[in-house]
Amino acid sequence: MAENKWLPRWFYQLASPRWCYDITGKLLPIFVILTLLTLVTGTVWALAFAPADYQQGNSFRIIYIHVPASILAQSCYMLMALAGAIGLIWKMKVADMVAKSCAPIGASLAILSLVTGAIWGKPTWGSWWVWDARLTSMLILLFLYLGVIALNSAIESERTAAQSTAVLALVGLVNIPIIKYSVDWWNTLHQPATFTLTERPAMPAEMWVPLLVMVIGFYCFFAVVMMLRLRNEIIQRERRSRWVRTLITG
Amino acid sequence: MSDSMPNRPAGDVMNTECRVDGPFWGALKRELLLSYRRKSDLVNPLIFFLMVATLFPLGVSPDPAFLADVAPGVVWVAALLATLLSMDSLFRSDFEDGTLEQILLSPQPLYLVVLAKVLAHWMLTGLPLTLLAPLLGVMLFLPSDGMWGLMLSLLLGTPTLSLVGAIGAALTVGLRKGGVLISLLVLPLYIPVLIFGSAAVQGAVTGLPLGGYLALLGAMLSFGLVMAPLAIGAALRISVSG
Repeated sequence: MAENKWLPRWFYQLASPRWCYDITGKLLPIFVILTLLTLVTGTVWALAFAPADYQQGNSFRIIYIHVPASILAQSCYMLMALAGAIGLIWKMKVADMVAKSCAPIGASLAILSLVTGAIWGKPTWGSWWVWDARLTSMLILLFLYLGVIALNSAIESERTAAQSTAVLALVGLVNIPIIKYSVDWWNTLHQPATFTLTERPAMPAEMWVPLLVMVIGFYCFFAVVMMLRLRNEIIQRERRSRWVRTLITG
Repeated sequence: MSDSMPNRPAGDVMNTECRVDGPFWGALKRELLLSYRRKSDLVNPLIFFLMVATLFPLGVSPDPAFLADVAPGVVWVAALLATLLSMDSLFRSDFEDGTLEQILLSPQPLYLVVLAKVLAHWMLTGLPLTLLAPLLGVMLFLPSDGMWGLMLSLLLGTPTLSLVGAIGAALTVGLRKGGVLISLLVLPLYIPVLIFGSAAVQGAVTGLPLGGYLALLGAMLSFGLVMAPLAIGAALRISVSG
């Protein structure tokens, strides 16, 4: 490939499945340790040491799973669309594989977010589900993930499947700002975002610091699952190449 | 591009796009003519629209007060499903007889041809649905104040439905069983149109100002008109080459 002065060298190196397999193999243990550290610290801190809410009591503690899962479900969609765009523009196989690996993880996180929200909603709002803007747009996000998975599995050719799902993911990107700002645009039951870049959180530090630890832990966990799926995908697609054969037969 | 047409000055290409025999009008004329020759296909979505609306009084409750409440949503859902149902055939026959491949290979801008096809689709489904909607409104006891809201919201909303649906149709055109899949892909993207469309009718019924909802529907339509043909074109290229 010709040298390009706009993009760094590692960007092109990532395009090689073998190089990507090697580098994720080296990064994986680091992220596993980080995930264990942050998730264990965050969970113990959140469940045992953070103070109970003065109105909701202990039931508020579910936000330590709900908020990270919701944030990550949206980030995962953006990563999927970004990887899809890279795959469409630079025709990188690895980007296609990243996009494909994102969809099931994102769908699981969206389900986790909806289920934890429902469990929390029952004692607090008095019902499992309300047709509120935030909840509905999260449900649409789940539907978008399911559409992407369905389209990907319906097309047999790997290349065509990757390109088609990339187009669909990019079209569905329209929904992301709607989810993000639904709590600001409409007067809804759901409270506004917990974390913003510009302001301090409304809750006391003893509550939001463990939440931040959990969010970081979820991101690390996502990285671990992502890398595992990606490595699987690489091995499966490159099974006919020599380096995979020597890797397996030793 | 200029090498293949040495006799023409560059400005001429722009002119042909605006003429009646340019790619846009040519494609539009072809679509309308083809549909006119198979008239039964034109009526099917309308019959479906009527039938779905009939199911609600029979299935839920024939009480006029209840029906008047749900009428905006029911008419909108029925219009949405009728559009969705007609979507699958948008590129299908062109794909099967190889016309689509020729369109993609031709030097004419794909954007205009795709836009013409979607416009033709809307003229043959969305527009008749809009015109038929007051009949359904009467059947479902929609207050007469809501009729204008219903027609205006459908007039602005159904083109968006056609544009978004065409993306799904283009993505699934190469597949044998595209029918269910296209609904899975397109329905989540239809939800915002449905929300603002039925809210506009609801507003008209209760006498609230409609401007905001109609402006949002118009904004979605303008955005769709600019962006959707690009996505449809990209999807068609992927589907045909795959």
